[in-house]
Amino acid sequence: MRKLSASKFIFPVYATLALLFLLIPIIYTFVFSFNQANRRNTVWQGFTLDNWLNPCGRQDLCDAVGTSLLIALVSTVIATVLGTALAIALVRYHFRARSAVSLSLFLPMATPEIVMGAGLASLFFSIGIERGFLTVILAHVMFCLSFVVTTVKARVQMLDPTLEEAAADLYATPQQVFWKVTFPLLVPGIMAAALLSFALSFDDFIITYFNAGNVTTFPLFIYVAAKGGLPPQANVIASSVFLLAIFAVVATQVYGNIKRKRLALAK
Amino acid sequence: MAFAAFSNNTPNKNSGAPVKSGKIVLALLLPGLIYLAMFFFIPLVALIQTSLEKRVTTPSVHFEAAWNWQNYVDVIDRYLPQILRSFGYAFVATIIALLISYPLAYFIGVKVRHRPVLQRLMVTLVIAPFFISFLLRTIAWKQLLADNSATMDFIRQLGLIGPNESFIGTGGAVVFGLVYNFIPFMTLPLYTTLERLDVRYLEAGSDLYASPSKVFRKVTLPLSMPGIISGTLLTFIPIAGDYVNASQDFLGSADTSMIGTMVVQDQLVTNNPQSATALSVLLMGTILVLITVYVRRAGTEELL
Repeated sequence: MRKLSASKFIFPVYATLALLFLLIPIIYTFVFSFNQANRRNTVWQGFTLDNWLNPCGRQDLCDAVGTSLLIALVSTVIATVLGTALAIALVRYHFRARSAVSLSLFLPMATPEIVMGAGLASLFFSIGIERGFLTVILAHVMFCLSFVVTTVKARVQMLDPTLEEAAADLYATPQQVFWKVTFPLLVPGIMAAALLSFALSFDDFIITYFNAGNVTTFPLFIYVAAKGGLPPQANVIASSVFLLAIFAVVATQVYGNIKRKRLALAK
Repeated sequence: MAFAAFSNNTPNKNSGAPVKSGKIVLALLLPGLIYLAMFFFIPLVALIQTSLEKRVTTPSVHFEAAWNWQNYVDVIDRYLPQILRSFGYAFVATIIALLISYPLAYFIGVKVRHRPVLQRLMVTLVIAPFFISFLLRTIAWKQLLADNSATMDFIRQLGLIGPNESFIGTGGAVVFGLVYNFIPFMTLPLYTTLERLDVRYLEAGSDLYASPSKVFRKVTLPLSMPGIISGTLLTFIPIAGDYVNASQDFLGSADTSMIGTMVVQDQLVTNNPQSATALSVLLMGTILVLITVYVRRAGTEELL
Protein backbone atom coordinates (compact mmCIF):
# COMPACT_ATOMS: atom_id res chain seq x y z
CA MET A 1 0.00 0.00 0.00
CA ARG A 2 2.78 2.37 0.89
CA LYS A 3 4.56 1.55 -2.33
CA LEU A 4 1.43 2.43 -4.25
CA SER A 5 1.13 5.89 -2.72
CA ALA A 6 4.82 6.52 -3.36
CA SER A 7 4.43 5.76 -7.06
CA LYS A 8 1.35 7.97 -7.12
CA PHE A 9 3.53 10.77 -5.86
CA ILE A 10 6.58 10.20 -8.06
CA PHE A 11 4.86 10.64 -11.45
CA PRO A 12 3.33 14.08 -10.86
CA VAL A 13 6.51 15.40 -9.25
CA TYR A 14 8.61 14.08 -12.12
CA ALA A 15 6.26 15.53 -14.77
CA THR A 16 6.26 18.92 -13.03
CA LEU A 17 10.06 18.98 -12.86
CA ALA A 18 10.38 17.93 -16.51
CA LEU A 19 7.98 20.64 -17.65
CA LEU A 20 9.78 23.21 -15.51
CA PHE A 21 13.04 22.18 -17.16
CA LEU A 22 11.46 22.86 -20.57
CA LEU A 23 10.33 26.29 -19.40
CA ILE A 24 13.63 27.52 -17.90
CA PRO A 25 15.08 29.19 -21.05
CA ILE A 26 11.68 30.71 -21.84
CA ILE A 27 11.46 32.27 -18.38
CA TYR A 28 15.07 33.42 -18.68
CA THR A 29 14.42 35.10 -22.04
CA PHE A 30 11.31 36.77 -20.66
CA VAL A 31 13.01 38.03 -17.49
CA PHE A 32 15.98 39.40 -19.41
CA SER A 33 13.66 41.36 -21.69
CA PHE A 34 13.26 43.67 -18.68
CA ASN A 35 16.99 44.07 -18.15
CA GLN A 36 18.59 47.50 -18.07
CA ALA A 37 21.25 46.46 -20.53
CA ASN A 38 22.45 48.42 -23.46
CA ARG A 39 24.53 46.15 -25.61
CA ARG A 40 25.45 42.99 -23.78
CA ASN A 41 22.36 41.50 -22.26
CA THR A 42 24.17 38.90 -20.16
CA VAL A 43 24.29 40.27 -16.62
CA TRP A 44 21.26 41.48 -14.69
CA GLN A 45 21.51 45.22 -14.19
CA GLY A 46 18.11 46.23 -12.95
CA PHE A 47 14.49 46.28 -13.98
CA THR A 48 13.23 48.53 -16.76
CA LEU A 49 10.22 48.75 -19.04
CA ASP A 50 12.18 50.72 -21.66
CA ASN A 51 12.84 47.72 -23.88
CA TRP A 52 9.16 46.87 -24.03
CA LEU A 53 8.13 50.50 -24.60
CA ASN A 54 10.68 50.90 -27.34
CA PRO A 55 11.10 47.52 -29.09
CA CYS A 56 12.44 49.25 -32.19
CA GLY A 57 15.27 50.88 -30.24
CA ARG A 58 17.47 48.94 -32.59
CA GLN A 59 16.18 49.75 -36.07
CA ASP A 60 18.09 46.88 -37.70
CA LEU A 61 16.40 44.43 -35.32
CA CYS A 62 12.95 45.67 -36.26
CA ASP A 63 13.82 45.50 -39.96
CA ALA A 64 14.91 41.89 -39.49
CA VAL A 65 11.64 41.03 -37.72
CA GLY A 66 9.68 42.70 -40.53
CA THR A 67 11.61 40.68 -43.12
CA SER A 68 10.96 37.47 -41.18
CA LEU A 69 7.24 38.18 -40.90
CA LEU A 70 6.95 38.91 -44.62
CA ILE A 71 8.91 35.80 -45.58
CA ALA A 72 6.86 33.66 -43.19
CA LEU A 73 3.59 35.04 -44.54
CA VAL A 74 4.41 34.52 -48.22
CA SER A 75 5.94 31.06 -47.66
CA THR A 76 2.99 29.97 -45.53
CA VAL A 77 0.41 30.95 -48.14
CA ILE A 78 2.24 29.14 -50.95
CA ALA A 79 3.08 26.05 -48.89
CA THR A 80 -0.46 25.78 -47.52
CA VAL A 81 -2.09 25.96 -50.95
CA LEU A 82 0.28 23.44 -52.54
CA GLY A 83 0.28 21.14 -49.51
CA THR A 84 -3.50 21.10 -49.05
CA ALA A 85 -4.00 20.12 -52.69
CA LEU A 86 -1.47 17.30 -52.28
CA ALA A 87 -3.07 16.10 -49.05
CA ILE A 88 -6.55 15.95 -50.60
CA ALA A 89 -5.25 14.09 -53.64
CA LEU A 90 -3.35 11.59 -51.48
CA VAL A 91 -6.29 10.66 -49.27
CA ARG A 92 -9.20 11.02 -51.65
CA TYR A 93 -7.94 9.62 -54.91
CA HIS A 94 -6.47 6.33 -55.93
CA PHE A 95 -3.65 6.60 -58.40
CA ARG A 96 -0.81 4.30 -59.27
CA ALA A 97 2.09 6.26 -57.84
CA ARG A 98 0.36 7.10 -54.56
CA SER A 99 2.84 5.39 -52.25
CA ALA A 100 5.77 6.77 -54.22
CA VAL A 101 4.33 10.27 -53.85
CA SER A 102 3.84 9.74 -50.10
CA LEU A 103 7.40 8.55 -49.72
CA SER A 104 8.85 11.46 -51.68
CA LEU A 105 6.88 13.85 -49.49
CA PHE A 106 8.21 12.14 -46.38
CA LEU A 107 11.83 12.44 -47.54
CA PRO A 108 12.21 16.20 -46.97
CA MET A 109 11.23 15.66 -43.32
CA ALA A 110 13.95 13.00 -43.01
CA THR A 111 16.53 15.34 -44.52
CA PRO A 112 18.72 17.29 -42.10
CA GLU A 113 18.35 21.02 -42.55
CA ILE A 114 22.02 21.35 -43.30
CA VAL A 115 21.65 19.01 -46.31
CA MET A 116 18.62 20.84 -47.67
CA GLY A 117 20.33 24.18 -47.14
CA ALA A 118 23.52 23.13 -48.91
CA GLY A 119 21.54 21.48 -51.72
CA LEU A 120 19.46 24.57 -52.42
CA ALA A 121 22.57 26.74 -52.26
CA SER A 122 24.28 24.47 -54.82
CA LEU A 123 21.23 24.67 -57.09
CA PHE A 124 20.90 28.45 -56.87
CA PHE A 125 24.61 28.82 -57.46
CA SER A 126 24.72 26.54 -60.49
CA ILE A 127 21.73 28.14 -62.23
CA GLY A 128 22.99 31.59 -61.30
CA ILE A 129 20.16 32.92 -59.13
CA GLU A 130 21.50 35.48 -56.71
CA ARG A 131 20.76 34.57 -53.11
CA GLY A 132 18.30 36.87 -51.40
CA PHE A 133 14.65 37.36 -50.57
CA LEU A 134 13.39 35.11 -53.39
CA THR A 135 15.71 32.20 -52.62
CA VAL A 136 14.79 32.31 -48.92
CA ILE A 137 11.08 32.10 -49.79
CA LEU A 138 11.65 29.27 -52.27
CA ALA A 139 13.57 27.37 -49.56
CA HIS A 140 11.01 28.03 -46.82
CA VAL A 141 8.09 26.86 -48.97
CA MET A 142 10.04 23.67 -49.58
CA PHE A 143 10.59 22.69 -45.97
CA CYS A 144 7.07 23.73 -44.91
CA LEU A 145 5.38 21.74 -47.68
CA SER A 146 5.79 18.26 -46.16
CA PHE A 147 4.58 19.43 -42.76
CA VAL A 148 1.48 20.95 -44.35
CA VAL A 149 0.74 17.71 -46.21
CA THR A 150 1.07 15.60 -43.04
CA THR A 151 -1.10 17.93 -40.96
CA VAL A 152 -3.89 18.38 -43.53
CA LYS A 153 -3.82 14.68 -44.45
CA ALA A 154 -4.70 13.77 -40.87
CA ARG A 155 -7.74 16.03 -41.12
CA VAL A 156 -8.87 14.69 -44.52
CA GLN A 157 -8.65 11.15 -43.13
CA MET A 158 -11.02 12.09 -40.32
CA LEU A 159 -13.70 13.48 -42.66
CA ASP A 160 -16.99 11.66 -42.62
CA PRO A 161 -17.71 10.75 -46.29
CA THR A 162 -21.45 10.43 -45.63
CA LEU A 163 -21.66 14.22 -45.36
CA GLU A 164 -20.40 14.63 -48.90
CA GLU A 165 -22.62 11.80 -50.12
CA ALA A 166 -25.60 13.53 -48.53
CA ALA A 167 -24.78 16.76 -50.34
CA ALA A 168 -24.41 14.92 -53.64
CA ASP A 169 -27.73 13.15 -53.06
CA LEU A 170 -29.30 16.57 -52.71
CA TYR A 171 -28.09 17.44 -56.22
CA ALA A 172 -25.07 19.54 -55.29
CA THR A 173 -22.51 19.67 -58.10
CA PRO A 174 -19.03 18.31 -57.24
CA GLN A 175 -17.77 21.90 -56.99
CA GLN A 176 -20.55 22.80 -54.58
CA VAL A 177 -19.86 19.68 -52.50
CA PHE A 178 -16.23 20.66 -52.25
CA TRP A 179 -16.65 24.34 -51.41
CA LYS A 180 -19.78 24.05 -49.22
CA VAL A 181 -19.03 20.79 -47.39
CA THR A 182 -15.50 19.41 -47.74
CA PHE A 183 -13.51 22.62 -47.56
CA PRO A 184 -15.22 24.12 -44.47
CA LEU A 185 -14.66 20.82 -42.66
CA LEU A 186 -10.97 20.95 -43.57
CA VAL A 187 -10.45 24.52 -42.36
CA PRO A 188 -9.22 23.62 -38.83
CA GLY A 189 -6.58 21.29 -40.30
CA ILE A 190 -5.54 23.88 -42.88
CA MET A 191 -5.29 26.54 -40.17
CA ALA A 192 -3.15 24.27 -38.00
CA ALA A 193 -0.89 23.57 -40.98
CA ALA A 194 -0.60 27.28 -41.78
CA LEU A 195 0.30 28.12 -38.18
CA LEU A 196 2.91 25.38 -38.13
CA SER A 197 4.40 26.64 -41.43
CA PHE A 198 4.48 30.17 -40.14
CA ALA A 199 6.27 29.11 -36.96
CA LEU A 200 8.76 26.92 -38.86
CA SER A 201 9.54 29.69 -41.32
CA PHE A 202 9.80 32.44 -38.72
CA ASP A 203 12.24 30.42 -36.61
CA ASP A 204 14.34 28.83 -39.33
CA PHE A 205 18.02 29.50 -39.12
CA ILE A 206 20.16 26.91 -40.90
CA ILE A 207 18.46 26.75 -44.32
CA THR A 208 18.08 30.53 -44.32
CA TYR A 209 21.74 30.97 -43.40
CA PHE A 210 22.75 29.08 -46.54
CA ASN A 211 20.43 30.92 -48.88
CA ALA A 212 19.95 34.44 -47.53
CA GLY A 213 22.72 36.40 -49.23
CA ASN A 214 22.32 39.94 -47.90
CA VAL A 215 18.87 39.43 -46.42
CA THR A 216 18.72 39.49 -42.61
CA THR A 217 15.91 37.60 -40.90
CA PHE A 218 15.23 37.61 -37.14
CA PRO A 219 17.19 34.37 -36.48
CA LEU A 220 20.07 35.61 -38.64
CA PHE A 221 20.09 38.87 -36.68
CA ILE A 222 20.29 36.94 -33.40
CA TYR A 223 23.06 34.74 -34.75
CA VAL A 224 25.19 37.68 -35.82
CA ALA A 225 24.37 39.78 -32.75
CA ALA A 226 25.08 36.90 -30.35
CA LYS A 227 28.78 37.22 -31.12
CA GLY A 228 29.00 40.88 -30.20
CA GLY A 229 26.17 41.27 -27.70
CA LEU A 230 22.48 40.75 -28.08
CA PRO A 231 20.23 43.80 -27.48
CA PRO A 232 17.45 43.18 -24.90
CA GLN A 233 14.92 44.13 -27.58
CA ALA A 234 15.53 40.72 -29.16
CA ASN A 235 14.18 39.19 -25.95
CA VAL A 236 11.17 41.52 -26.14
CA ILE A 237 10.37 40.36 -29.69
CA ALA A 238 10.85 36.67 -28.83
CA SER A 239 8.74 37.00 -25.68
CA SER A 240 5.94 38.76 -27.56
CA VAL A 241 5.92 36.08 -30.25
CA PHE A 242 5.81 33.46 -27.50
CA LEU A 243 2.90 35.11 -25.69
CA LEU A 244 0.98 35.55 -28.96
CA ALA A 245 1.48 31.90 -29.89
CA ILE A 246 0.42 30.65 -26.45
CA PHE A 247 -2.61 32.93 -26.64
CA ALA A 248 -3.51 31.49 -30.06
CA VAL A 249 -3.20 27.91 -28.78
CA VAL A 250 -5.27 28.57 -25.66
CA ALA A 251 -7.88 30.50 -27.65
CA THR A 252 -8.36 27.66 -30.15
CA GLN A 253 -8.64 25.16 -27.29
CA VAL A 254 -11.22 27.26 -25.45
CA TYR A 255 -13.13 27.82 -28.70
CA GLY A 256 -13.05 24.07 -29.41
CA ASN A 257 -14.37 23.40 -25.92
CA ILE A 258 -17.27 25.81 -26.30
CA LYS A 259 -18.16 24.35 -29.68
CA ARG A 260 -18.05 20.82 -28.32
CA LYS A 261 -20.28 21.74 -25.40
CA ARG A 262 -22.78 23.42 -27.75
CA LEU A 263 -22.85 20.32 -29.94
CA ALA A 264 -23.41 18.15 -26.87
CA LEU A 265 -26.30 20.40 -25.83
CA ALA A 266 -27.81 20.32 -29.31
CA LYS A 267 -27.84 16.55 -29.21
CA MET B 1 -3.42 20.26 -33.73
CA ALA B 2 -0.15 21.26 -35.18
CA PHE B 3 1.77 18.55 -33.40
CA ALA B 4 -0.14 15.92 -35.34
CA ALA B 5 2.58 16.54 -37.90
CA PHE B 6 5.12 15.03 -35.57
CA SER B 7 3.35 11.75 -35.17
CA ASN B 8 2.81 9.32 -37.94
CA ASN B 9 0.02 7.45 -36.27
CA THR B 10 -2.96 9.62 -37.02
CA PRO B 11 -6.41 8.20 -36.39
CA ASN B 12 -7.48 6.39 -39.48
CA LYS B 13 -11.19 6.80 -39.75
CA ASN B 14 -11.98 5.53 -43.16
CA SER B 15 -12.30 8.21 -45.76
CA GLY B 16 -14.78 6.27 -47.84
CA ALA B 17 -14.47 5.15 -51.41
CA PRO B 18 -11.91 7.37 -53.10
CA VAL B 19 -13.27 9.07 -56.17
CA LYS B 20 -11.67 8.47 -59.52
CA SER B 21 -11.01 11.38 -61.78
CA GLY B 22 -7.80 11.78 -63.69
CA LYS B 23 -7.83 15.49 -64.45
CA ILE B 24 -8.62 16.61 -60.91
CA VAL B 25 -5.90 14.41 -59.38
CA LEU B 26 -3.40 15.82 -61.80
CA ALA B 27 -4.45 19.39 -61.06
CA LEU B 28 -4.12 18.76 -57.33
CA LEU B 29 -0.85 16.87 -57.51
CA LEU B 30 1.14 18.58 -60.23
CA PRO B 31 1.88 22.01 -58.70
CA GLY B 32 3.12 20.49 -55.43
CA LEU B 33 5.05 17.70 -57.11
CA ILE B 34 6.72 20.06 -59.56
CA TYR B 35 7.74 22.21 -56.61
CA LEU B 36 9.06 19.16 -54.78
CA ALA B 37 11.03 18.10 -57.83
CA MET B 38 12.48 21.55 -58.44
CA PHE B 39 13.44 22.43 -54.91
CA PHE B 40 14.07 19.09 -53.27
CA PHE B 41 15.11 16.45 -55.79
CA ILE B 42 17.02 18.70 -58.19
CA PRO B 43 18.97 20.28 -55.28
CA LEU B 44 19.86 16.75 -54.14
CA VAL B 45 21.15 16.03 -57.63
CA ALA B 46 22.99 19.37 -57.62
CA LEU B 47 24.46 18.40 -54.25
CA ILE B 48 25.72 15.05 -55.55
CA GLN B 49 27.00 16.64 -58.73
CA THR B 50 28.95 19.32 -56.88
CA SER B 51 30.33 16.73 -54.50
CA LEU B 52 31.88 14.85 -57.43
CA GLU B 53 33.46 17.82 -59.19
CA LYS B 54 37.11 17.82 -60.01
CA ARG B 55 39.54 20.66 -59.53
CA VAL B 56 41.19 21.62 -62.80
CA THR B 57 44.19 23.94 -62.95
CA THR B 58 44.45 24.63 -66.69
CA PRO B 59 43.85 27.14 -68.18
CA SER B 60 42.77 28.62 -64.86
CA VAL B 61 41.74 27.10 -61.53
CA HIS B 62 38.12 25.95 -61.74
CA PHE B 63 35.91 22.94 -61.04
CA GLU B 64 34.61 20.57 -63.67
CA ALA B 65 31.81 18.04 -63.62
CA ALA B 66 33.34 14.61 -63.04
CA TRP B 67 33.02 11.39 -61.06
CA ASN B 68 35.67 12.39 -58.63
CA TRP B 69 35.08 10.01 -55.71
CA GLN B 70 38.32 11.23 -54.22
CA ASN B 71 36.35 14.12 -52.69
CA TYR B 72 34.58 11.61 -50.48
CA VAL B 73 37.81 9.93 -49.45
CA ASP B 74 39.28 13.34 -48.62
CA VAL B 75 36.25 14.34 -46.59
CA ILE B 76 36.23 11.12 -44.58
CA ASP B 77 39.95 11.42 -44.08
CA ARG B 78 39.74 15.00 -42.91
CA TYR B 79 36.50 14.94 -40.94
CA LEU B 80 36.34 11.46 -39.44
CA PRO B 81 36.36 12.77 -35.84
CA GLN B 82 33.49 15.15 -36.61
CA ILE B 83 31.53 12.43 -38.42
CA LEU B 84 31.90 10.00 -35.53
CA ARG B 85 31.16 12.74 -33.01
CA SER B 86 27.94 13.74 -34.82
CA PHE B 87 26.53 10.24 -34.74
CA GLY B 88 27.84 9.65 -31.23
CA TYR B 89 26.21 12.81 -29.89
CA ALA B 90 23.01 12.03 -31.79
CA PHE B 91 22.91 8.51 -30.36
CA VAL B 92 23.53 9.57 -26.76
CA ALA B 93 21.20 12.60 -26.91
CA THR B 94 18.40 10.51 -28.48
CA ILE B 95 18.65 7.89 -25.72
CA ILE B 96 18.65 10.53 -22.96
CA ALA B 97 15.72 12.36 -24.58
CA LEU B 98 13.81 9.06 -24.74
CA LEU B 99 14.50 8.29 -21.07
CA ILE B 100 13.38 11.77 -20.01
CA SER B 101 10.36 11.90 -22.34
CA TYR B 102 8.85 8.46 -21.81
CA PRO B 103 7.69 8.91 -18.19
CA LEU B 104 6.52 12.43 -19.01
CA ALA B 105 4.54 11.28 -22.04
CA TYR B 106 3.16 8.35 -20.03
CA PHE B 107 1.99 10.68 -17.30
CA ILE B 108 0.31 13.09 -19.74
CA GLY B 109 -1.14 10.39 -21.98
CA VAL B 110 -2.29 7.83 -19.40
CA LYS B 111 -2.26 9.18 -15.85
CA VAL B 112 -4.07 12.48 -16.43
CA ARG B 113 -6.35 11.08 -19.12
CA HIS B 114 -9.46 11.64 -17.02
CA ARG B 115 -8.62 15.36 -16.67
CA PRO B 116 -8.67 16.73 -20.24
CA VAL B 117 -8.05 20.35 -19.30
CA LEU B 118 -4.90 19.51 -17.34
CA GLN B 119 -3.85 17.17 -20.13
CA ARG B 120 -4.15 19.87 -22.76
CA LEU B 121 -2.34 22.36 -20.56
CA MET B 122 0.57 19.94 -20.16
CA VAL B 123 0.75 19.26 -23.91
CA THR B 124 0.85 23.01 -24.49
CA LEU B 125 3.74 23.29 -22.05
CA VAL B 126 5.61 20.51 -23.88
CA ILE B 127 5.38 22.40 -27.17
CA ALA B 128 5.99 25.79 -25.51
CA PRO B 129 9.75 25.81 -26.39
CA PHE B 130 8.76 25.77 -30.10
CA PHE B 131 7.25 29.21 -29.66
CA ILE B 132 10.42 30.90 -28.56
CA SER B 133 13.35 31.36 -30.91
CA PHE B 134 15.55 28.26 -31.14
CA LEU B 135 18.69 30.42 -31.04
CA LEU B 136 17.52 32.46 -28.06
CA ARG B 137 16.68 29.46 -25.90
CA THR B 138 20.11 28.03 -26.67
CA ILE B 139 21.69 31.38 -25.77
CA ALA B 140 19.67 31.33 -22.55
CA TRP B 141 21.30 28.00 -21.59
CA LYS B 142 24.68 29.34 -22.58
CA GLN B 143 24.29 32.22 -20.15
CA LEU B 144 22.68 30.12 -17.43
CA LEU B 145 25.56 27.66 -17.58
CA ALA B 146 28.34 30.17 -18.14
CA ASP B 147 31.46 29.89 -15.95
CA ASN B 148 30.54 32.80 -13.67
CA SER B 149 26.81 32.02 -13.42
CA ALA B 150 24.97 31.24 -10.20
CA THR B 151 23.91 27.90 -11.66
CA MET B 152 27.53 26.87 -12.15
CA ASP B 153 28.46 28.02 -8.63
CA PHE B 154 25.73 25.77 -7.32
CA ILE B 155 26.83 22.83 -9.49
CA ARG B 156 30.43 23.34 -8.35
CA GLN B 157 29.33 23.35 -4.72
CA LEU B 158 27.57 20.05 -5.32
CA GLY B 159 30.93 18.79 -6.50
CA LEU B 160 29.59 17.69 -9.86
CA ILE B 161 32.28 19.70 -11.57
CA GLY B 162 35.74 20.84 -10.46
CA PRO B 163 36.29 24.40 -9.14
CA ASN B 164 38.18 25.56 -12.23
CA GLU B 165 36.44 23.47 -14.84
CA SER B 166 33.88 24.91 -17.19
CA PHE B 167 30.85 23.17 -18.61
CA ILE B 168 30.15 25.33 -21.68
CA GLY B 169 32.34 24.21 -24.55
CA THR B 170 32.41 20.55 -23.51
CA GLY B 171 30.73 17.65 -25.27
CA GLY B 172 28.47 17.33 -22.24
CA ALA B 173 27.15 20.86 -22.76
CA VAL B 174 26.46 20.18 -26.44
CA VAL B 175 24.60 16.95 -25.66
CA PHE B 176 22.69 18.80 -22.93
CA GLY B 177 21.58 21.47 -25.41
CA LEU B 178 20.66 18.88 -28.03
CA VAL B 179 18.58 16.94 -25.51
CA TYR B 180 16.82 20.08 -24.34
CA ASN B 181 16.06 21.38 -27.81
CA PHE B 182 14.71 18.11 -29.15
CA ILE B 183 12.73 16.75 -26.16
CA PRO B 184 9.40 18.02 -27.60
CA PHE B 185 10.03 16.07 -30.83
CA MET B 186 10.37 12.93 -28.69
CA THR B 187 7.59 13.59 -26.19
CA LEU B 188 4.82 14.41 -28.70
CA PRO B 189 4.83 11.19 -30.74
CA LEU B 190 5.19 9.17 -27.53
CA TYR B 191 2.25 11.05 -26.08
CA THR B 192 0.00 10.50 -29.11
CA THR B 193 0.69 6.75 -28.95
CA LEU B 194 0.33 6.42 -25.17
CA GLU B 195 -2.79 8.55 -25.16
CA ARG B 196 -4.58 5.84 -27.12
CA LEU B 197 -3.14 2.99 -25.05
CA ASP B 198 -5.98 0.81 -23.77
CA VAL B 199 -5.32 0.49 -20.03
CA ARG B 200 -7.44 -2.66 -19.87
CA TYR B 201 -4.50 -4.53 -21.37
CA LEU B 202 -2.37 -3.42 -18.45
CA GLU B 203 -5.05 -4.48 -15.98
CA ALA B 204 -5.33 -7.83 -17.72
CA GLY B 205 -1.57 -8.26 -17.36
CA SER B 206 -1.55 -7.59 -13.64
CA ASP B 207 -4.70 -9.70 -13.14
CA LEU B 208 -2.67 -12.56 -14.53
CA TYR B 209 -0.04 -11.97 -11.82
CA ALA B 210 2.54 -10.20 -13.95
CA SER B 211 4.74 -7.86 -11.90
CA PRO B 212 4.52 -4.13 -12.76
CA SER B 213 7.90 -4.30 -14.49
CA LYS B 214 6.79 -7.32 -16.48
CA VAL B 215 3.55 -5.58 -17.51
CA PHE B 216 5.65 -2.66 -18.68
CA ARG B 217 8.07 -4.84 -20.65
CA LYS B 218 5.48 -7.18 -22.16
CA VAL B 219 2.51 -4.87 -22.68
CA THR B 220 3.13 -1.12 -22.39
CA LEU B 221 6.46 -1.01 -24.19
CA PRO B 222 5.44 -3.09 -27.25
CA LEU B 223 2.20 -1.11 -27.59
CA SER B 224 4.09 2.18 -27.54
CA MET B 225 6.65 1.09 -30.16
CA PRO B 226 5.18 3.27 -32.96
CA GLY B 227 5.65 6.33 -30.77
CA ILE B 228 9.16 5.29 -29.80
CA ILE B 229 10.12 4.79 -33.44
CA SER B 230 8.77 8.09 -34.74
CA GLY B 231 10.10 9.92 -31.67
CA THR B 232 13.62 8.56 -32.00
CA LEU B 233 13.68 9.28 -35.75
CA LEU B 234 12.38 12.82 -35.28
CA THR B 235 15.11 13.45 -32.70
CA PHE B 236 18.04 11.54 -34.18
CA ILE B 237 17.86 12.99 -37.71
CA PRO B 238 17.90 16.70 -36.83
CA ILE B 239 20.46 16.15 -34.07
CA ALA B 240 22.90 14.36 -36.38
CA GLY B 241 22.76 17.35 -38.73
CA ASP B 242 22.63 20.06 -36.08
CA TYR B 243 24.82 23.09 -36.41
CA VAL B 244 23.75 25.47 -33.67
CA ASN B 245 24.33 23.64 -30.38
CA ALA B 246 27.87 22.50 -31.14
CA SER B 247 28.86 25.89 -32.53
CA GLN B 248 31.50 27.86 -30.64
CA ASP B 249 29.10 30.79 -30.42
CA PHE B 250 26.61 28.66 -28.52
CA LEU B 251 27.31 25.65 -26.31
CA GLY B 252 30.32 24.12 -28.01
CA SER B 253 33.96 24.79 -28.73
CA ALA B 254 36.49 23.84 -31.39
CA ASP B 255 36.58 20.38 -29.79
CA THR B 256 32.88 19.70 -30.25
CA SER B 257 32.45 20.49 -33.95
CA MET B 258 29.99 18.24 -35.75
CA ILE B 259 29.25 17.51 -39.42
CA GLY B 260 27.01 20.60 -39.58
CA THR B 261 29.84 22.79 -38.32
CA MET B 262 32.15 21.59 -41.07
CA VAL B 263 29.49 21.90 -43.81
CA VAL B 264 28.81 25.51 -42.84
CA GLN B 265 32.51 26.26 -42.61
CA ASP B 266 33.32 24.74 -46.02
CA GLN B 267 30.33 26.21 -47.76
CA LEU B 268 30.20 29.70 -46.28
CA VAL B 269 33.62 30.45 -44.79
CA THR B 270 36.42 28.67 -46.61
CA ASN B 271 34.40 28.49 -49.85
CA ASN B 272 34.94 24.83 -50.58
CA PRO B 273 31.53 23.64 -51.84
CA GLN B 274 32.92 20.31 -53.08
CA SER B 275 33.87 19.35 -49.55
CA ALA B 276 30.67 20.75 -48.03
CA THR B 277 28.45 18.87 -50.46
CA ALA B 278 30.37 15.59 -50.16
CA LEU B 279 29.95 15.80 -46.40
CA SER B 280 26.21 16.56 -46.79
CA VAL B 281 25.68 13.63 -49.13
CA LEU B 282 27.55 11.39 -46.71
CA LEU B 283 25.34 12.57 -43.82
CA MET B 284 22.13 12.12 -45.80
CA GLY B 285 23.18 8.70 -47.08
CA THR B 286 24.16 7.44 -43.64
CA ILE B 287 20.87 8.66 -42.17
CA LEU B 288 18.82 6.98 -44.91
CA VAL B 289 20.67 3.69 -44.38
CA LEU B 290 20.21 3.92 -40.61
CA ILE B 291 16.47 4.70 -40.95
CA THR B 292 15.92 1.80 -43.33
CA VAL B 293 17.72 -0.68 -41.10
CA TYR B 294 16.05 0.64 -37.96
CA VAL B 295 12.52 0.67 -39.36
CA ARG B 296 12.99 -2.81 -40.88
CA ARG B 297 14.22 -4.19 -37.57
CA ALA B 298 11.39 -2.56 -35.68
CA GLY B 299 9.01 -4.06 -38.22
CA THR B 300 6.82 -1.05 -38.81
CA GLU B 301 7.38 0.03 -42.36
CA GLU B 302 3.88 1.43 -42.63
CA LEU B 303 5.08 4.33 -40.49
CA LEU B 304 6.60 6.04 -43.50
